[in-house]
Amino acid sequence: MMGRGLLGIEELSRDDIELVLDTALKMKEVGERDVKKVPTLRGRTIINLFFEPSTRTRTSFEIAGKRLSADVVNFSPSSSSLTKSESILDTAKTLDAMDPDAVVIRHKVAGVPKRIADELDAPVINAGDGAHEHPTQALLDMMTVLEEKGRLDGLTVTIIGDIAHSRVARSNIYGFRKMGAEVRVAGPPTMLPQQVESLGVKAFTSLREALDGADVVMALRIQTERLAGAAFPTIREYSSTFGLDRQKLRFAKDDAIVMHPGPVNRGVELSHDLADRRPSVILDQVRNGVALRMAVLYLLAGRRKPAA
Amino acid sequence: MANDDASSLRHARANPNAAAPSESLLLDDAAIRRALMRIAHEIVEKNDDLARLYLVGIPNGGVPLAKQLGANLREIASVDALIGVLDTTLYRDDLVSSGARPRLRRTEMPSSVDERVVILVDDVASTGRTIRAAMDALMDFGRPRGVQVAALVDRGHRELPIKIDYVGKNVPTQRGDRVAMRGPDDALEVVLLRRAEGKLEPPSGRSLGGGRSSKPSGAGEAGSDGAQRAAGERSSEEPEGAAQ
Repeated sequence: MMGRGLLGIEELSRDDIELVLDTALKMKEVGERDVKKVPTLRGRTIINLFFEPSTRTRTSFEIAGKRLSADVVNFSPSSSSLTKSESILDTAKTLDAMDPDAVVIRHKVAGVPKRIADELDAPVINAGDGAHEHPTQALLDMMTVLEEKGRLDGLTVTIIGDIAHSRVARSNIYGFRKMGAEVRVAGPPTMLPQQVESLGVKAFTSLREALDGADVVMALRIQTERLAGAAFPTIREYSSTFGLDRQKLRFAKDDAIVMHPGPVNRGVELSHDLADRRPSVILDQVRNGVALRMAVLYLLAGRRKPAA
Repeated sequence: MANDDASSLRHARANPNAAAPSESLLLDDAAIRRALMRIAHEIVEKNDDLARLYLVGIPNGGVPLAKQLGANLREIASVDALIGVLDTTLYRDDLVSSGARPRLRRTEMPSSVDERVVILVDDVASTGRTIRAAMDALMDFGRPRGVQVAALVDRGHRELPIKIDYVGKNVPTQRGDRVAMRGPDDALEVVLLRRAEGKLEPPSGRSLGGGRSSKPSGAGEAGSDGAQRAAGERSSEEPEGAAQ
C-alpha cells in the first residue's frame, strides 16, 4: 500500500500501521533537537493542495516537510485558477507536470484524493476528504495512545460526537480496530450512522454506558452549524448529554486519557478545564502530528508508480 | 556500515533469499572483549582530557560496543564518559531512489556535543559512508572539539577519505562478503559470510537502485555499503584495505 500513497486507513494492513507508528516515534526525536532539521528530503518538492481551508493540518504538513528539508509549496483554491473554472483534475495534472515528489490533498468531497491519485505519478496523501477519511489524524491519534498506554491491542476507545459526518471517526475506527482495540461510538441517534456496527464498533446513545471501562475517550468537534438543523439537538442539549467534563469522565477508567482532533468548542464537546489539562492530551496530539507526517513523507515522498 | 543495512547484517541468517553462504567466525565474545579493552587503553593514551569524552554508538551494532567501551574506561581510568546513540538513516546518501525506505533506528543524545571529543563507535567499518553520515548528524547536535572513530572490524573498501582511529581487527574481505555482528549483548560474535564460489546471487530485495548487475562481483549484494552502486565499475575481487 505505502508505495501508492496514503488515501485511507481502510486499505492499510496492521504491518503498514506499525511501520508508520514506529517511524513516527523515532522521528519525534528530530523535533526535540536544537536544530530541528534533517537533510533526508533535500531537493524534493511537496505540494500541499488544499481545496478546503485548514490552517492546522496544512501547517503541520508544511512543518513536517520542512523539517525533512523538502521544498513545500502551498496551493489553495482562493489563490489559484480554480475560480476560472479549471477542473480539479486539470489542476492536479498541471501540478503533476511540475514533478512534485508528493501531493497532499484535502477536499470537501469524499473520493477526490483517490481520483487525483489515479492520474498522478507522485504519491498522494489524503489530508481529509469529505466524511470519508483523514488517515494522518487517525495515525497521530494512535501514536499518541501508543505513547500514553504502551499498546493499542486490548484497549477500549470511546469516540463521542457526530460519528456520521466525521472522517476522523471513520479513520480511527478502521485504525484502532486493525490494531486490536475495542471501539465504541456514542452520540445522539441522529449522529450515529445506520449500520455503524458493521464497522466492528459498538454504538451507544448513553454516554455513561459508552464510557464504562474506557481507556481512551475521544471527543469529536461538533459543527455548530449542523446543530441548528432540525434533526439535531441544541448545543446546550448536546453539551449537557454528551459534552465531557470531569464528572462524566469518572465513568471511564481512572487512568483514561481524553483526546480531541481540534479545534475544541470549549464548553460544548469538552469543559474548559478538561480542554487544557490532563488527562487531556490534545497538545501532544498536535506535537505528534508533525512527527507522524514526517514519517509518512519519509516513507512516501519520491516513490513513483511502477512504470506501466 | 551504514548504507548497507546494519540490521540486515545482524539478521543475516534470517534472510530467506540468501543462498547458504560459507560462514567463518572472525571474533568470538572473548576476542571482542579483549579488543574493546585494548581500544579503551588506546583512547586513554591518545586523549589527554578524558572528561570531554562522549561515546556515540551507531545502531545497531555500535550501541552495545559503545556501552562496553564506557565501562572499560570507567574501569581503567575512572572516567564516566557520556554515552549516546545516533541513527544515521536520515543522513544517508542513497535515499534518493524510489525503493522502500529503510527503517529508522533510535537516536538518544543525552547532551550537546559542544566542546566534547566524540568517539563514533560502529561494529563494522567499510566504505566510510556511514561514518560520513554520522559526522553530518553529529554536527546537528553541536560543535564537537574533535571526532574520532572506533570500529570493531575494519574491512577496507573505503570510498571516502575517512580514517578509523581505533580498530579491533582488520579483516581482508571481498566486496560481496558480509561481515555480521550478532548475538545478545553479553555474548556477541562477528562472522564473515562468503557466498559459495561462483554462485550468482540475485541482488537483495532491499537493493536501492542501480545494482541490478549480474556480474559475479558482488553487485547488488548488501555486504558493503555502496557496493551496489560501486559494483558496476569494479570487477576486481581484490580485498581492498586488507594490508594494514
